[in-house]
Amino acid sequence: MIDKKTVYYVAALARLRIEDAEAERFARNLDDILQYIDKLNKLDVDGVRPTSHVLAVENVYRDDKVLPSLSPEEAFSFAVEQHERHYKVPKVIE
Amino acid sequence: MVSAPGGLMSQTGNMDFETVIGLEVHLQLKTQTKIFCGCRNVFGSEANANVCPVCLGLPGSLPVLNRQVLLDGIKVGLALNCDINRFVKFDRKNYYYPDLPKGYQISQYDFPIAKKGWLEFPCEGRSKRVGITRAHLEEDAGKLIHDDRLNCTLVDYNRTGTPLVEIVSEPDMHSPQEAYDYLTALKLTLSYLNVSDCDMEKGSLRCDANVSIRPVGQTKLGTKAELKNMNSFSAVKRAVEHEVERQTRLVLSGGQVVQETLLWDDAQSITVPMRSKEDAHDYRYFPEPDLVPFTLTAAEVESVQIGLPELPSAKLGRIRQSYGINEYDATILIQDRSLADFFEDCARLYSDYKNICNWINVAVLKEIRSRKVGLADLPLKPETLAALIQRVDDGTISNLVGKDILSGLVDSGKSVDTVIAEQGLAQISDDAALEKVLDEVIAANPKTVAEVKAGKTAAMGFFVGQAMKKMQGKANPKKLNEMLTRRFQNG
Repeated sequence: MIDKKTVYYVAALARLRIEDAEAERFARNLDDILQYIDKLNKLDVDGVRPTSHVLAVENVYRDDKVLPSLSPEEAFSFAVEQHERHYKVPKVIE
Repeated sequence: MVSAPGGLMSQTGNMDFETVIGLEVHLQLKTQTKIFCGCRNVFGSEANANVCPVCLGLPGSLPVLNRQVLLDGIKVGLALNCDINRFVKFDRKNYYYPDLPKGYQISQYDFPIAKKGWLEFPCEGRSKRVGITRAHLEEDAGKLIHDDRLNCTLVDYNRTGTPLVEIVSEPDMHSPQEAYDYLTALKLTLSYLNVSDCDMEKGSLRCDANVSIRPVGQTKLGTKAELKNMNSFSAVKRAVEHEVERQTRLVLSGGQVVQETLLWDDAQSITVPMRSKEDAHDYRYFPEPDLVPFTLTAAEVESVQIGLPELPSAKLGRIRQSYGINEYDATILIQDRSLADFFEDCARLYSDYKNICNWINVAVLKEIRSRKVGLADLPLKPETLAALIQRVDDGTISNLVGKDILSGLVDSGKSVDTVIAEQGLAQISDDAALEKVLDEVIAANPKTVAEVKAGKTAAMGFFVGQAMKKMQGKANPKKLNEMLTRRFQNG
């Protein structure tokens, strides 16, 4: 069973703020999902190739060639705050 | 093995601990472009000059793998005797921090490019082998500058997306010195591959250490602490020494080591627990949906294997055997791949290998160091050095003059014979001229003559020096010595 504590923990990891009522609903939702996964886990998948990607494509490479980067105007056009060519964010303590 | 600090022994009896160290090394690759986009991969640009929608993590942008990064990763894996995973995929490692604009780092989780290798190196007079658990590809994060005055953090995303190979060792090291020697050997091997600057000062090689202790005889590993923020190999050694002592004292005083990340403060020689990322160690890895998987053919891996250069340990053995060079000298030669190549080029032109080695390891290295360049940037041809040594051998110039003109040869690019002729450096070996000078210095110094005659033969050196002075250093010292010996033997 997924409890509310787990929901709050996952929400904190994802930087989401959720209300108490939501936490209860999400706990039920997540539980349904996990029950379904349990069901899948019981299937016999011998002989089925593991899938790591849904597209039937592989080996998509790029050559090591320089392409133009953004101009400073472009790079900072969406910055909430900037200071001397740096993106300015609330202080994080190390 | 670390003995308990003396003062604490009485409390718990005499207990010996074994130190267990595993190292994680991050290596920045020096490809032209970043791992997943075409932005320039260079150090020292203006802030945020090399950024694009992909490395800024803008919605709708998609990463595409730089093929060279994959090839360099294989190269590193093979050089460390790893198995190469022919099935390659990438995974998301999720955590929120401003240095990571996407909110996740693209890394490799369950299928690293390389695994199960080893590195063997000389350590405390014996050969030590350390297992390599894995080497995987990932992207570097941006650089944060914490600004107290503005009370904010400033972010430069130039480094974001720089290709990294993370090399994880087995916990096979048991002393700070072993950790130091492993890092030195690893860096040497990596430098031969020419895939990275391997420069700790520029951050192109970084190291974290996992340190634990356990009572001698116990097989289960103790709880480890992760040390970060060491910016030289000697700082790694100091940090590990400090941490082993801290854990030993803690355990002996009845405490328990807790798993945590500690930052090393080299100036104060202390570790400080890292406050952030406390519960961020739940990375929720999952397959990266924006990158399709890669399959390498055996031929592709084989062609990287064939292209590998001769690695340092193999080169050391071969140079010792083929040229009869002792271990000490050969070890100096192989510290730089181009220096060893230079030696071998000279050895094709001149056959006293030991002599070439002496010239390279002393005189040529001095030129390299005083100019602060690599050998590749020193305009000295093997032909020039070989010719110079030959002119010393045949007595045209003295050994001293030879060492003196090396610098000028490098600067001017002229031939050895031209420089000798231009500067009038050829030694005077003419018997009559030398005897005449000796006559003069002997006549002028009767006291020293008496000393030599009284058996103090070392005083003969005084006459050689005086004769040299009179002839502006051009007298052939070997001949002078012979003549003097003859004179005094005959009374």
